[in-house]
Amino acid sequence: MISARKLLIASGLLLAIWGMAYGFFYAVFVEHQTLDRMGGALASGFTFAAQRNLPAADAAFGEFTNISYAYVRQVDAHGHWIGLSMLLVLFGIVFHRLNASPKNQLWLAWGLVCGAVVFPLGVLMESFNTGWGPRLVAVFGSAVMILALAATTVAFAIEDVSKPSDHYLSR
Amino acid sequence: MAAGKEALHVGQLKLTHSFAPLSARRLLVIGGILLILAGMLFGDIFAIFVLHQNAGQINQRLVAATRAVSAGDVNGVSAAFQDIGGFQENRGTKVDAHAHLIAFGYIALLLAVLQPFVSFSERARKKVAAIFLFGSALLPVGVFLIHYVGLALSPFAALGWASVAADLGGVLVTVAVALDLMGLFRYWRRSSSSIEAPTMKDALLHERSWCARALLAGGTLLILAGFAHGVLYAGLHLYDYEARDAILVRQMATRAASGQEAQTANLLTSYAHLQGAKAVNIAAHAHIIEFGVLCMLMALFQPYVYLGERWRRVWAVTLLAGSLMLPLFVLLELNLGLLAGGIADLGGLLVIVALAGMLTGIIRYTGQLDTTLEVTR
Repeated sequence: MISARKLLIASGLLLAIWGMAYGFFYAVFVEHQTLDRMGGALASGFTFAAQRNLPAADAAFGEFTNISYAYVRQVDAHGHWIGLSMLLVLFGIVFHRLNASPKNQLWLAWGLVCGAVVFPLGVLMESFNTGWGPRLVAVFGSAVMILALAATTVAFAIEDVSKPSDHYLSR
Repeated sequence: MAAGKEALHVGQLKLTHSFAPLSARRLLVIGGILLILAGMLFGDIFAIFVLHQNAGQINQRLVAATRAVSAGDVNGVSAAFQDIGGFQENRGTKVDAHAHLIAFGYIALLLAVLQPFVSFSERARKKVAAIFLFGSALLPVGVFLIHYVGLALSPFAALGWASVAADLGGVLVTVAVALDLMGLFRYWRRSSSSIEAPTMKDALLHERSWCARALLAGGTLLILAGFAHGVLYAGLHLYDYEARDAILVRQMATRAASGQEAQTANLLTSYAHLQGAKAVNIAAHAHIIEFGVLCMLMALFQPYVYLGERWRRVWAVTLLAGSLMLPLFVLLELNLGLLAGGIADLGGLLVIVALAGMLTGIIRYTGQLDTTLEVTR
């Protein structure tokens, strides 16, 4: 059976690699083009308004809103994946200090990993579908993450300092 | 007495082994802290000298755009939005450079902790560390230059050379992290076999001093507070702010087109307040979590902070105080204005000073270790 520390460190580094690869792909193929389209739509809206063409202005502002909504979430997903991956590795390094049985440590680790993967995924899905489905995925991911983090905080707070440490990072 | 001295000597040799001169771990620890310090100093300078002025310029150009709409001046609208695009690119690239410098600094520190367990030769680990640090510097510098280099001499439609350099930095960092992960898998595979039991002990994994415990507990609480704030912001404000943003932009243009100047001015003020509310909430959320992670990371490196206990505690408490002050007063900027902004900047300065104090301790420690090593030889 995999240990909680191995799970956290390996999945944290994998998630960091995934988040960076996504960031690279986004920066090269999507971001600049999206920013150009967003700025263009906003400027067009005001230009149409100056020409007193209000239906065209309305359509341009609608496009601006949609692009802006998607852009914010696409950037947020990158930031949250990397941020949460760092947290997973960090917890992996110090998880042996938790006042919890190996089985409970593993449950907490799975909760943290699940939240770190699912929450940004839900945020990213929102950029493709504005319905309730992706929002619920994001809410579920963040709830799992927060519950696991709260339980981890409590288990750190009641750390048994007399317990011998695991220096080896092998369990 | 002699046995005690011998034990101390053995302990020093063990620490020397994991923190040897120009070792991968030492490169990553010092490089990581320097990246974080550079990112924070850059962020503080940006917040004081660029951020608010930039927001003011964007607001002025929006006023000019609505006046041009009233006058039916299409060229005026175009000129105003060209300027707004430039100001937003200036702000965006600087925020990105700041955020990436700090994030790479954090990852460098995490990789530093893991180094003894990356099952490659020290030479290979050093090369991977150097690749990581080079990429970590290249990406933010490239991002910073995007605004100034633009598309000059670029063969691509949307990417300039500064973007290409930044992307190359990102690839190098990703490759370095992947290589370290491979090394860790090799270590785990070897340590699970009974033939090659692990022999590497690491002092960083069992540090339980007062400073380490305070930073670990404080850092975890900061992260939890940041998560709670993020949930509240997403649940109560995010969608509402986005809807109001869309309505205000639409109304500004249509009211200006129908010549309602007073109403347009009110809408512009509301729009500026909304942008401010969004910015402070996002900044508070990001900073409290980042500082929480920083506190936890610095907890791990306390054995390397070679200072008296009093000074170690001073820097630990300063780091925790600054980490709480900055996000809290950024959030209060909406109610208290520039006073809160000034206190938030002071919080940022406290974090920088504390980090510089700890770095001084770590550099003193390297000097002490190197001297011990030379005496042993």
